[in-house]
Amino acid sequence: MNPHQNRLDPSSFKPKSVYRTYIAATPDEVWQALIDPAFTKQYFFGLASEVEPRAGGRFRLLWPDGREHITGQVVEWSPPRRLCVSWDIQNMPPFSELPSCLVTWDVEADGAATRLTMTESHNWEIPREIMLGGEEGWPKIISGLKSLLETGKPLAFDMSAGPPPEFVAAVEKAAKEKPWMRK
Amino acid sequence: MSKASHVYVTYIRATPEKVWSAITDPDLSGRYWGHRNVSEWTVGASWEHRRLDAGKIDLVGTVLESQPPRRLVVSWAFPGDVDKPAKVSRVAFDIDVHKDDMVRLTVSHTDLESGGEMERGITQGWPFVLSSLKSFLETGKGLL
Repeated sequence: MNPHQNRLDPSSFKPKSVYRTYIAATPDEVWQALIDPAFTKQYFFGLASEVEPRAGGRFRLLWPDGREHITGQVVEWSPPRRLCVSWDIQNMPPFSELPSCLVTWDVEADGAATRLTMTESHNWEIPREIMLGGEEGWPKIISGLKSLLETGKPLAFDMSAGPPPEFVAAVEKAAKEKPWMRK
Repeated sequence: MSKASHVYVTYIRATPEKVWSAITDPDLSGRYWGHRNVSEWTVGASWEHRRLDAGKIDLVGTVLESQPPRRLVVSWAFPGDVDKPAKVSRVAFDIDVHKDDMVRLTVSHTDLESGGEMERGITQGWPFVLSSLKSFLETGKGLL
């Protein structure tokens, strides 16, 4: 897809959830872990990141076999302080029917540690149940990132339970009704 | 009066017993929280959150549920607010085995006065305390 056909207006997105952790590492080390596929593969459910280092550049998260899971654009590229990307799920109906969201990572030195804040923003009235998907996933990703940087060892999660059923049901309903089309 | 609640989830490479001890043992809590958590940890017992240095008490409450090493619920207030029910909040620690050597720690802080000093304090405080706890259990060193 031509990203210019798909330019989004970041100011129309509102923060809907925030996750924060403090890591015994430097901001540069945390930044590297956010963008380097050698790191993301270890803490982001096996996904390799691919980031074009400029605003407007391409952003993707790829499965080990090279298929796209997430695609988007770099909205803000300010190393090592802020990375904001748009976020579209691919090839996974009904989840890939959902509109883009924004994922923003803020990296700030705080004493001897680095404060990492992840904000998920949406431009529609996303139902509470759909937020459960992120509430299930982001703490695993962020806990795993912290363990990897501090101990050199990622966390191995048990993914056999699958996503919460009320989350899946809410996404199916939204994919059918497309409430984001109502303005 | 509207009430607020906040939930924090952290995955820690540790056993439930280690996480329970880190929360309830005053010497251990001092090492990553900067405060000694002092109580008998039986239902109905009081608990205190004491600074390491002069021992000033910053928080007090009562143990509401105690199921070591899986669930601890305490009431939570500034010492001067303990007799004002609207200002007494509640904290539940749920320690669940996720897999092998990993637990999911869920801290649910409820019954908070919306927009009050306690809510402002804990939304700053919990992400740091839980990060420091995780570092302490996984590396031996908290973030203090």
